Amino acid sequence: MKSLMKNRLAWPVIALAALLLLNQIFRPDFLSLRMQDGHLYGSIIDIMRNGAPTILIALGMTLVIATRGIDLSVGAVVAIAGAASCAYIAASPEPASPVTAAMAVLIAVMAGLFLGLWNGFLVSTVGVQPIIATLVLMTAGRGIAQLITGGQIVSVSNDHYKSIGAGYLFTLPISILITAAVFVLAAVLTRRTALGTLVEAVGINPVASRLAGLRSRNIIWIVYVFSAVCAAIAGLMISSNVTAADANNAGLYIEMDAILAVVIGGTSLAGGRYTLAGTVIGAFIIQTLTTTVYTLGIPPEVTLVFKALVVITVCLLQAPKARNLLRSLKAAPKPGTKEKVAI
Amino acid sequence: MNEIVPVVEMTDIAIGFPGVKALDGVNFRLFQGEVHALMGENGAGKSTLIKALTGVYTIDSGTITVLGEHKQFPTPAASQAAGISTVYQEVNLCPNLTVEENVMLGREPRRRGSIDWKGVRSRTREVLAELHLNHVDPGSLLSSHSIAVQQLIAIARSVEINAKVLILDEPTSSLDADEVNQLFRVIRDLRDRGVAILFVSHFLEQVYEISDRMTVLRNGKLVGEYLTRDLSRMGLISKMIGKEMEALAELDQAPARTRARTDSEVTPFVEARGLGRKGSVSNVDLSIYPGEVVGLAGLLGAGRTEIARLLFGADKADEGSIRVKGVSQRIRSPRTAIDKRIGFCSEDRKEEGLIGDLSVRDNLMLAMQASKGWARRIPRRVQDELVAEYIATLDIRPANPDALIRNLSGGNQQKVLLARWLITSPELLILDEPTRGIDIGAKTQIQKLVNKLATEGMSILFISSELEEVLRLSDRVAVIKDREMVAEIKNDDVSVEDVMTVIAGGTQ
Repeated sequence: MKSLMKNRLAWPVIALAALLLLNQIFRPDFLSLRMQDGHLYGSIIDIMRNGAPTILIALGMTLVIATRGIDLSVGAVVAIAGAASCAYIAASPEPASPVTAAMAVLIAVMAGLFLGLWNGFLVSTVGVQPIIATLVLMTAGRGIAQLITGGQIVSVSNDHYKSIGAGYLFTLPISILITAAVFVLAAVLTRRTALGTLVEAVGINPVASRLAGLRSRNIIWIVYVFSAVCAAIAGLMISSNVTAADANNAGLYIEMDAILAVVIGGTSLAGGRYTLAGTVIGAFIIQTLTTTVYTLGIPPEVTLVFKALVVITVCLLQAPKARNLLRSLKAAPKPGTKEKVAI
Repeated sequence: MNEIVPVVEMTDIAIGFPGVKALDGVNFRLFQGEVHALMGENGAGKSTLIKALTGVYTIDSGTITVLGEHKQFPTPAASQAAGISTVYQEVNLCPNLTVEENVMLGREPRRRGSIDWKGVRSRTREVLAELHLNHVDPGSLLSSHSIAVQQLIAIARSVEINAKVLILDEPTSSLDADEVNQLFRVIRDLRDRGVAILFVSHFLEQVYEISDRMTVLRNGKLVGEYLTRDLSRMGLISKMIGKEMEALAELDQAPARTRARTDSEVTPFVEARGLGRKGSVSNVDLSIYPGEVVGLAGLLGAGRTEIARLLFGADKADEGSIRVKGVSQRIRSPRTAIDKRIGFCSEDRKEEGLIGDLSVRDNLMLAMQASKGWARRIPRRVQDELVAEYIATLDIRPANPDALIRNLSGGNQQKVLLARWLITSPELLILDEPTRGIDIGAKTQIQKLVNKLATEGMSILFISSELEEVLRLSDRVAVIKDREMVAEIKNDDVSVEDVMTVIAGGTQ
């Protein structure tokens, strides 16, 4: 049991389980799933589907943070990707054809690739601090998205495009499947190759990594490109779900949720060791919280305060200092238990 | 030293970490007006004992008394309040504050609620004068001073708080001879004023020069307490390592290695001509032949590390040329150097070598993996074989590939870093202070390894502050002074004094 608790995923998993349990108590049908028209329905599925864009972006963010960086531009990339794909579909001669939808997806992903290269260029080649480098695109990006949409909300009606965010495959929402695929891909890409270890090496000690012959420039480039491509796919999901591109509001503040998911999941903002599984759990916690707020009937005006309380609790439980404090409180009546806990 | 009440008395101290007993039943006494050396190999428990005394670690059992009073030190602040002050190897002051701010930090004299800067300055001047540091301007930035002066300023801070006990942990490891003398003068002054001084150093000569008494630890246990004048150097070492002198005898043996050929028929592996970099070193002419060990001698800060960094491409040279195997090359980055089969162990293990949060395995494989690129991961089976092989040959402990490297002792970390390069089978290995701060056992092993590698044909550039070591291992010694190469000496029967003369005189 103790070794289980030492696992870095222990606290996030417990927090998620507690939240789900809380919901189950207040709404006994919360955890139940049902089949309807060949689709799986249930609160859990809703949480996963609504959380899919955040999870995607948080996955990219995890690798960026592991290299001691941060990517604030993901929200703007979401907006640009959505704007580009919707504008393409709206302007195309056959706005409903599957080819148009495929081209739109390609355009969005290419836009993400390009924007990731730009961020990577600023951080690795020019040497701008990540927070500043990505702040550039964070502010400029929404302007670019507005240019693309001409300042309007661009609506499209293409069923193929719509299925990315709202469709079903094998009884499950396609957005969940896409997110799962990206997660598996990222896990395989980083752990079956040496990328994961090298990302961690750069994040833990960039100087020593350089002296060991590591080309950190390439590594940094890869993670920013990956992050932006994840954001672009999330942008596709968000715009396809509402079949419209909103340059102003699509993915607004999603960078904050993504960073939060990474931190709750147990990856340190100081860089180094990371956990993709932790990030996914972190994102689930955030999404479940939103649902919980409705389940518990918490008045909307205190929603954000409630969210903040849960987040700070999870973060405190992971902080070594707070844990030591908790431990010494528990150990206080009986001196001598302290070293037992340490072993 | 009459048997009065000790300033500090630690009795039957035990501290355990998961899986290890770091200290077990250790007694330690420190008297007023003495310099007491705490001796032992790496991992013997010196640092742990100091950390118990300074409140960094909590003791599991045992008692600590200060001037006869029972004390508990749950935090460093509690220890400081009891008059115990520590100066660490890495100066723990704020480099971006001024000297006076550092000396008085947290105890500034106040007037009507705000800091009395005049008072701060005059008090700082007084304290600095006590330490013969009159030339230091209290208003100057701490970072504008050398490490030696910064260390003295850290001591000044202890003087200001009227510390009864001053702990100096490896204070001399980055000082040159003059600076050491200056430090020792201050230590003696403080001792004569009744301060109890605990001194930890790897330099035996310095321990014998400054200490009155010593306590020897081995494997977390107390070996004994001795008067320095009663214990010979050999006696001390055998108590530290716990076995007789064979290891030491081996150390002193001349290398049983045939000289590498350095005549005109052989191409040197690397040949630098007029190599230099603005603000760093200039005019370096250096050739290293296959199978040859070339030592770099010179004072700390003379430019030894800078030369190593230029050869490895860690800094870019902006004048001169480098030939590798007779072909002119531009070494622009460590990566190009590695592609030319050059390896470099930095003197700064922690900042420039270790990836602290990664395992021994990952650290060991890093250079090889980096040169293969991220996409071609070295198969786990190959990794396991290589790691097991080097853990065995270099006697790395613990022999656990999955241990985090930051939990290893200094000597074992160094071996992992050596292994990182050895598996890339370099043709030139640059070793910058490979034996600094590691225990005698590991040191012997590393010196033997250097000998063996050279015998097998590797070129080695060996940099060390210990001239004896440089002379013992090198075929040739290049002497660096004031950021230029001033002489190259063939190492036939050259004595330490000869090299010192060159360093002092400047020309051969």
